[in-house]
Amino acid sequence: MSKYRKSALTAAVSIILLAQGAFAAEEQFFPIVSYRIGPYGANGQSFFGGFVDYLSYVNLKEHGINGVKIVWEECETEYNNAKGIECYERLKDKAKISAGPIHPMSTGISYALIDKTAADQIPMAMVGYGRTDAVDGSVFPYAFPLVTTYQMQASAIVKFIKEKEKGSLKGKKIVFLYHDSAYGKEPIVALQEEAKLNKFELTVIPVAHPGNEQGAQWLKIRQEKPDYVIFWGWGVMNQTAIKAAQKVGFPRDKMIGSWWAGSEEDTVPAGDAAKGYLSATWNVAGKDVPLIADIEKVVYGAGQGNLGDKSKIGTILYNRGVSAAVLSVEAVRKAQEKYGEGKAMTGEQVRWGLENLDITDARLKEIGATNLLPEIKTSCDNHEGSGKVKIQQWDGEKWVVVSDWIEGNKTLIHPLFKASAQQYAKEKGITPRDCAKDM
Amino acid sequence: MLYREAGQFKTSYAADQQLFPIRQDRIGILILLAVVFLVIPGVASEYWFSAILIPFLIFSLAALGLNILTGYAGQLSLGSAAFMAVGAYAAYNFQLRIDGIPILVSFVCAGLTAAGVGILFGLPSLWIKGFYLAVATLAAQFFIVWCLTKFPWFSNHSSSGVISAQKLIILGHEFTSPQEKYLLVLTIVVVMALAAKNMARSSTGRAWMAVRDMDVAASVIGIRLMPTKLLAFAVSSFYCGVAGALYAFCYLGSVEPDGFSLDMSFRILFMIIIGGVGSILGSFLGAAFILLLPIFLDISLPWVAGLLGLPFSNATVSHIQVLVFGALIMFFLIVEPHGLARLWQITKEKLRLWPFPH
Repeated sequence: MSKYRKSALTAAVSIILLAQGAFAAEEQFFPIVSYRIGPYGANGQSFFGGFVDYLSYVNLKEHGINGVKIVWEECETEYNNAKGIECYERLKDKAKISAGPIHPMSTGISYALIDKTAADQIPMAMVGYGRTDAVDGSVFPYAFPLVTTYQMQASAIVKFIKEKEKGSLKGKKIVFLYHDSAYGKEPIVALQEEAKLNKFELTVIPVAHPGNEQGAQWLKIRQEKPDYVIFWGWGVMNQTAIKAAQKVGFPRDKMIGSWWAGSEEDTVPAGDAAKGYLSATWNVAGKDVPLIADIEKVVYGAGQGNLGDKSKIGTILYNRGVSAAVLSVEAVRKAQEKYGEGKAMTGEQVRWGLENLDITDARLKEIGATNLLPEIKTSCDNHEGSGKVKIQQWDGEKWVVVSDWIEGNKTLIHPLFKASAQQYAKEKGITPRDCAKDM
Repeated sequence: MLYREAGQFKTSYAADQQLFPIRQDRIGILILLAVVFLVIPGVASEYWFSAILIPFLIFSLAALGLNILTGYAGQLSLGSAAFMAVGAYAAYNFQLRIDGIPILVSFVCAGLTAAGVGILFGLPSLWIKGFYLAVATLAAQFFIVWCLTKFPWFSNHSSSGVISAQKLIILGHEFTSPQEKYLLVLTIVVVMALAAKNMARSSTGRAWMAVRDMDVAASVIGIRLMPTKLLAFAVSSFYCGVAGALYAFCYLGSVEPDGFSLDMSFRILFMIIIGGVGSILGSFLGAAFILLLPIFLDISLPWVAGLLGLPFSNATVSHIQVLVFGALIMFFLIVEPHGLARLWQITKEKLRLWPFPH
């Protein structure tokens, strides 16, 4: 019965598609589940502001993707899982006709949507968060933890420290201080593997949500006297940790945060204490990227900017939103190459686009996004596509990039994803695709 | 005129004791059941099932659980979300660790596990009352969430602590579509709601209400306080536990301990306060109010704004929605402090006399 219904539905959808093709200009729909209010509203405003601005930019500058105008609808989730699902269901009907990738910007919502998006054939991108073992595209065809994952990032940070320590970490002590949640726990496995490989001593110290009191943790860090602290913080926890580090006299330039602990929102409130603090990032801040400057000129010049507060342009999170939109638009473009230029792409087609992304430095230069994000090349085996981050340092006023792109230890980390994905497939009774056949 | 019980004579004890003594009520309930079981599955869209009806039913069940404890037995609790978490994680673990256990059995076991935990955290109720007890149940809220986060065994050593619900298979049939899940949730909720209604008027329910109204007097007339209070905790947690299992298996599909936050406990508490404390119907009305009104406002506000030509951004609409929602809560509490269920009861009483009120 459900099979019958599905085919009836496909028929109905294709009739609508035909009708659209015949009567209306092609439009590419982007379902946007965003949050601009609630506990993380400030972060959401910057990220989704950047995301929407880039879509407007493509519409203004190039009249859409190869002439296909981008349209979108936003739905407010307030970073709440239940609301996220409600939003997804609300936008789904439109997204069944044509869909750009969904970016929930919330690990909780992305987890809740993994099965649903696969069933509805709508691709979901989790750029730098979400279910990391979805790197294995044979088990997760519709989920894309693009650019890099927590584990690869942790591994890259270890590599950065190793370079700083002249190539050896033997006998060093590293503390991993983390937000006690799904987000904070994910890198532990990777760090344990790294500790075995590089023979350093790893101590993990959890901080309970929301983390605005870390006296006990930093006391312990003072006793341990570690060489470095790798720090997986979130929201208010970040500034608290930076201040606490200053209090116990731990040097901030030996403290390396994840990319959620490396935005202006984290360092500015910490004031002087944040000077010298390091963090990973997969995109750079600032307006000196040509694309960001051009967006400000074209989109805000036309009065179609999405941000109420223009000072956010060029912040880390704004640029991250732009980067996420660049990836999405490039995926649609890639799909058009295969399925017909100048046509709106369905979720299934965009999925193919995401899986066959090949954004080279030359292409990034064309867009004007040189150094905004790393090169990306995805495949069925590798939904991550890059695994590279840069390390940046807060100089008291702005973030300064202090390293080149650093790639995590793929041979060490990717088998972990594979194993975890296999376990998931077994639990859920999914038969993984054969990546060799599926191109 | 339509709603009058004159002429309905009860000639047997069974007739006098039935769940819905008035014929119109029976017909009404039957029509309602027919609609929700037969009509809605045919007409509702996927959005309605997954985003509105299923969460509404699940939260009604959780509110019902809390209502048994707070509304009927008078024990204030702030731990409902935690008991839901116990149910969700227990159902997951029963499915995972016992080969071939039927899903419904693991739901029942999940409820029983939650009931056990509920009894444990109900023990302080023997010594303390009111707000002090609320604080004790607050401990349950924090302890359980901490416990599920702390010990990776509960989430089968998942690196992120998130569990992903297994397939729903009953008698070889897999429940995949939202429609089937809706029917499954609906059946469970209807059975449990009728059981609760029955329980509330049985000697157990009467004992609960006696304890609620005055526990000293209740013990004087021979009601043993300890078993009565603990039973209320057990039954309430059982309901919350099953709701939690359904929340994980039929609604979200994957849950993490942090999802069952204090915030959720408060929402469930608000549901029964707005719906009606000590009323089965109130649990449903309250859940509908708290869950569905924001969605309704969210959808209708941009439309209204468009109609009036106001340039509202998405964020503004969300802010206005919160404002209107808060104002409506105040309005209903001022108009009827006993909740929406009381409004319905007043309507019914007026209907009985209509059109000749004296």
